[in-house]
Amino acid sequence: MLTNNLYNLCGLLLFGMGLFALFACSHLLRKILAVNIMSSGVFLVLIATAYRPLGAGEIDPVPHAMVLTGIVVSVSVTALALILACRVQETSNHSLSQSERNTNDGDSEE
Amino acid sequence: MIIKSRRKNKRRPFDPILLLVLLLTIGLTALLIKANYTIPVTSFGLAAEVARFQPRSGVESPVTAVLLNFRGYDTLLEVMILLIAVIGVWSLTKAPFPQKAVKTSPVQLAVVRLLAPLMCLVAAYLVWQGSHLAGGAFQGGAILGGAGVLLLVAELPWLRTIHSRPLRIGLLIGPLFFLGVALLGIINGRELLTYPGKWSGSLLLLIESTCAVSIGLTLASLFAGGRPADDLIGQTKTPACNREQKRC
Amino acid sequence: MTDNILAAFDLVLITTLLLLAWKLLSCEDIFTAVVLFISFGLLMALAWVRMRAPDVALAEAALGAGLTGPLLLAALRRMERIRKYERRLDLDEERNDYKKPKKKQAPPL
Repeated sequence: MLTNNLYNLCGLLLFGMGLFALFACSHLLRKILAVNIMSSGVFLVLIATAYRPLGAGEIDPVPHAMVLTGIVVSVSVTALALILACRVQETSNHSLSQSERNTNDGDSEE
Repeated sequence: MIIKSRRKNKRRPFDPILLLVLLLTIGLTALLIKANYTIPVTSFGLAAEVARFQPRSGVESPVTAVLLNFRGYDTLLEVMILLIAVIGVWSLTKAPFPQKAVKTSPVQLAVVRLLAPLMCLVAAYLVWQGSHLAGGAFQGGAILGGAGVLLLVAELPWLRTIHSRPLRIGLLIGPLFFLGVALLGIINGRELLTYPGKWSGSLLLLIESTCAVSIGLTLASLFAGGRPADDLIGQTKTPACNREQKRC
Repeated sequence: MTDNILAAFDLVLITTLLLLAWKLLSCEDIFTAVVLFISFGLLMALAWVRMRAPDVALAEAALGAGLTGPLLLAALRRMERIRKYERRLDLDEERNDYKKPKKKQAPPL
């Protein structure tokens, strides 16, 4: 049971980390990364709950199927979000992009 | 360097709202961890149920059985979500191919020639393997999508002239076949998403192969980032027009 | 013996995952973050194998490394290109203050 708890804890911490970064970061790409980290945490919790060590019973395949579905959905959602982020940057007016540039983390241009 | 560090310090002042968010996030995580430990240890989930109905599902792999037979709703809706994502991307932009043709390096071309057919083969194998071992429509579709990404990164000249109609048919074939089989159950007097017992194995394999093709095409067109050049809808506003409108 | 090795593996894997997530969410450069995210996905695939979920591991390895990474990198390139174009417009505005800014071609997207 220790392994399950360890990985559960890891998943929940990943979820919390991603949630905080989602609020704290201003760059859109970083927000998308944060959502991906969050979803990885949720998947880890699901799979860790289903895990049984070798010889200690069957592994529950239902969470596996759910996570498999979730991974593919999260990739497609990421793709859509990235296109939307590009669109936001294209159409956002100057003042917005100016303030974003001062606060975001893309410091490589300075 | 000095300027950078000064900016960094200025950029992260003590923000009370951020601190509040931090505290709330930590609180939520702590609550979740506490709730997680109240899950009874002895619960064994649905493994026994799945194992009991496994022989009737038509496939040997439990995950594939759950995905396509026992919980077919999830998969059907998920395939639809993929379709909706592509519709969303296509309605936003055209595929951003570069204006003039670039010359692909011979090394890259050789790699693509070697890898792309191999990846298609691996995808087909994974789909076929899905009925008894790890694998299935999603893994096969992901590999197919990877092959599409490889082709798109190499910027082969024929990719930009791909017509939208065959692409649309390819995107639709999996979801439509799946939906058709699901509705066939109703027509034959059973429930939605039930398969005739004798045929379920081959039907599931057919659904998996069509869905893998559709998923692969979906992922590749998501990477292309827009609809093909000859799409039915006319040209939308370019970013330059938008910007000029805002100026005026 | 095997249990000890497995426990050590678990600890190392979990620490790496958490540190990697922390690093990629807090580092300065967004390109570094994307590269770290790709490696995070691969380590997640390792964690799925450890959790005896080979189906999920296959999907994660193919999607996380083969698709999410290129998607993020392509979007990053697009965003940088747009930002460069906007910065050029800004410079133009600073140069001819309060005058009508010069018209420029749209960035080749």
